[in-house]
Amino acid sequence: MRRLAAYTSAIFHLSVVIPMPNKTVLYAKHLESSAKMVDFHGWEMPINYGSQIEEHHAVRKDAGMFDVSHMTIVDVVGSQAKDYLRYLLANDVEKLQDKGKALYSGMLNENGGVIDDLIVYYFDASNYRLVVNSATREKDMNWLNAKAQGFDVRVVERPEFSMIAVQGPNAKEKAHSVFSAAQIEAVTGMKVFYGVQAEDLFIATTGYTGEAGYEIIVPSDEASALWQQLLDAGVTPCGLGARDTLRLEAGMNLYGLDMDETISPLAANMGWTISWEPQSRNFVGRSALEQQKAAGTEKLVGLVMTEKGVLRSGLKVMADGVEGVITSGTFSPTLGHSIAMARVPASVGATVEVEMRKKWVTVNVVKPSFVRNGKSTL
Amino acid sequence: MSNIPTDLRFASTHEWVRPDGDGIFTVGISDHAQELLGDMVFVELPDVGAGVGAGDDVAVAESVKAASDVYAPITGEIVEVNEALEHSPELVNSDPYGEGWLFKIRAEDAEEVESLFDAEGYENSIDEE
Repeated sequence: MRRLAAYTSAIFHLSVVIPMPNKTVLYAKHLESSAKMVDFHGWEMPINYGSQIEEHHAVRKDAGMFDVSHMTIVDVVGSQAKDYLRYLLANDVEKLQDKGKALYSGMLNENGGVIDDLIVYYFDASNYRLVVNSATREKDMNWLNAKAQGFDVRVVERPEFSMIAVQGPNAKEKAHSVFSAAQIEAVTGMKVFYGVQAEDLFIATTGYTGEAGYEIIVPSDEASALWQQLLDAGVTPCGLGARDTLRLEAGMNLYGLDMDETISPLAANMGWTISWEPQSRNFVGRSALEQQKAAGTEKLVGLVMTEKGVLRSGLKVMADGVEGVITSGTFSPTLGHSIAMARVPASVGATVEVEMRKKWVTVNVVKPSFVRNGKSTL
Repeated sequence: MSNIPTDLRFASTHEWVRPDGDGIFTVGISDHAQELLGDMVFVELPDVGAGVGAGDDVAVAESVKAASDVYAPITGEIVEVNEALEHSPELVNSDPYGEGWLFKIRAEDAEEVESLFDAEGYENSIDEE
């Protein structure tokens, strides 16, 4: 097993170059549940609590929870908060008219590359909340602050909060068993992609798994108690391993793999997140995006391989004689075979060739969505 | 700390070997190896009857994390493979020294096993990684 040594030394290498990894307030709770901890972009996070496949199935069939406290919560407040976000983001916060409504957007650079993807919650035109990735925290904060110049707006990071995602067909019911009566009332009937502050919790119907559930922002000093209550309610703790297979089955992008600063959102299945209208709205990256759109870009597709083997990130793809790349690939526990996302020429046909272990294998091209609400979408 | 049974021999590449008698040896991967690889999703096994040399890559253990070659720890002939792994590769994780065995080799020279690590030697080799 020659590759094992490389894998092991990579782990040691990471722990050497990052002397003091950050820990979330749930670190001790993870160890209590026998988590295997790994370094994730400077955060010591659970990769699994024994079996990532069992954790994956718990989310698809029952209820699982993830510590996502490493993600960055940023409040944007001030009289020009809306104007600022309409300039900052490729999606248009003008669409947000209902209190609590959320929007997914890319935050682009002037070249039309993706600095990060994020969710923005609307409270009123002078008050929004962003949740951005942890791996990109520093550059995001620099960018948010730089672009705020000239706007009457304050960009306020909220490190005093932790975040727990509870996901799965039974997630809401199990979460309700630990919510107060007022919290249950606040979330009852709340549609998908909304958030509400209910007493000490901010509860949102968002997620990264393709299942129903909540993402809950909780004051850090209450997070361990909430985690324990959810454990007692029968919610399975799930690590980053299951989080990755779940989001990939759901066809959701992972920043740094499926897109980054060098990739157009048009080549990352994010075209639907760009608000071209009204044309009078100038946003960062708009002119570059318009040129990319006119010239044409690659596109992100789904790949399905029902034979043995696992499609993996970085593998070379040939589509009609032109090279592409697998951006994310995994074994799908729900489907029982491998799935992937690949960036390929727009002319791609019904199949592509993938180079696997020095052999070329033909795999099927599909829309980049594989499982929703526990069911195959293929 | 991973489990390293003292009645087995180990290759530096993380395979274990157990004598079954009559020059036949069962081979699997160690608890340490399965722990590093994570959940197993496919195991490709050699053909029964194949002749293999020590150090040949003869099987592939593919986990959620990576595909890893498995090497024949000794020279001989493959006489049996664990067909249960076709549908239950997770046996390699749940019972690496029992139901998760990979294949059996009829050794050309049973003495060759003596050149492999004993449990203590294997533990030291892991610690040095």
